[in-house]
Amino acid sequence: MTRIQTITPGNLQESVKTGGCGECPTSCQSACKTSCGVINQPCESQK
Amino acid sequence: MIHQYKLAGRNVVIDTNSGAVHVVDDLAYDAIARYESLPSDALLRELAAGYPEIERAELSAVLEEIAALKAAGQLFTPDDPYRDLAGQVKRRGEVKALCFHVAHTCNLTCAYCFAREGQYHGDRALMPLAVGKQALDFLLQNSGERQNLEVDFFGGEPLLNWAVVKELVAYGRSQEAAYGKRFRFTLTTNGMLIDDEVIDFTNREMENVVLSLDGRQEVHDYFRKTSGGQGSYDVVVPKFQELVRRRTRGNYYIRGTYTRRNLDFVEDILHMADLGLKELSMESVVGPSDDPFAIRAEDLPQIFEQYERLVNEMATRRGTERAFTFYHYTLNLDHGPCAHKRLVGCGSGTEYLAVTPWGELFPCHQFVGDAIYSMGDVWQGVTNTTVRDELAACTVYQRPACEDCWARLFCGGGCAANAYHVSGSVGGIDAVGCEMFKKRIECAIVLQVL
Repeated sequence: MTRIQTITPGNLQESVKTGGCGECPTSCQSACKTSCGVINQPCESQK
Repeated sequence: MIHQYKLAGRNVVIDTNSGAVHVVDDLAYDAIARYESLPSDALLRELAAGYPEIERAELSAVLEEIAALKAAGQLFTPDDPYRDLAGQVKRRGEVKALCFHVAHTCNLTCAYCFAREGQYHGDRALMPLAVGKQALDFLLQNSGERQNLEVDFFGGEPLLNWAVVKELVAYGRSQEAAYGKRFRFTLTTNGMLIDDEVIDFTNREMENVVLSLDGRQEVHDYFRKTSGGQGSYDVVVPKFQELVRRRTRGNYYIRGTYTRRNLDFVEDILHMADLGLKELSMESVVGPSDDPFAIRAEDLPQIFEQYERLVNEMATRRGTERAFTFYHYTLNLDHGPCAHKRLVGCGSGTEYLAVTPWGELFPCHQFVGDAIYSMGDVWQGVTNTTVRDELAACTVYQRPACEDCWARLFCGGGCAANAYHVSGSVGGIDAVGCEMFKKRIECAIVLQVL
């Protein structure tokens, strides 16, 4: 029985090479306008 | 760097630099906590003492599992590629989003408004059509290779300048093919002037609609009053319900503000959900720390309890007619933003600017009216490159307080405006805001694994 369940393996290191297109929404423009975080935004190129 | 926490009966381990998330049992939780600080034989002895009922071979197997995850880049991942990348990401001069202050005036007099009844410490004004067109041209001509451009019609109250908004949407659409761009329009409104025509137009043209509602009537009406002192709840709620009912495309958010007056704000979120409004956002008030309604560090325990309660409520309602979404708990762990975006945050002052009714540019809506942060105008472009360079330098590696923070690649360094207003520097942090942000991320991840 595994004692570690991986929910997501993470791809951030890989995205250094593949990311940066800049087509994603500007985080503050969505719903918050005051308490900005970037994690709520989807990646546009993976839609 | 890893971050471990226990919440709602789950043990969570976040590997900050890869973005990996694991749910583990108690043994693995303890083993991961000590893995980098003890030699394996010492760690085995420690685990054996703590878990005498578990056989040695099984303890060894846990350490092997951890070693395999480390080798796979899913635990204890270093930040090697990010430090160099952070200094290269921001594209000076390329703009992809504008916050259009189409009306520096408002038909409500909300006492907590950072824009001071929409006037931003200045004169009342409506954006003329010519200024708005020039602002769209500025965006079209300064967006480089970006195809998706964002425009948020903001205020004050943008429906007070609705005819200009509609003409600007039409003008923007007319330019899309020639420039090879696509506009995503958003309307942020208090709802007082919503009617059938506004509902139809926004459904057709607006990618997103942000509707301001604070929750329970007594909470909403305390701050959100007309100039005559009447609460606005009874006017706006039926309008919001109708807009949401007829919305067939794009997003919407019911966006509330909570203050020290309603630290039981989950009651307000649930109230909104029970009104049939399902896409919800609730933000802490923005204002000077000496404001009686501002959130204080001493409020954090109660706020944390509220965010945990929200997790339980959402998990209980999941899959039922009473389910709703909460903006800050909407994470896409598998297909979220890339490292480039996570290193530099919102892009205020570089790829994201606010434009006033008279065409002046600021880093974002929260800087409008602060002469120090005036950046230029939509005719000359960004001329105050000192401010642009200052904000371009705001990466997670430029903020000393972010150096050891596990959440820095979730927040991107946080809100520069909040940091400026709280600490006096865009390179500082809003420490209370950071604590709330971290709690929300912990809760959002747990909600995904419940």
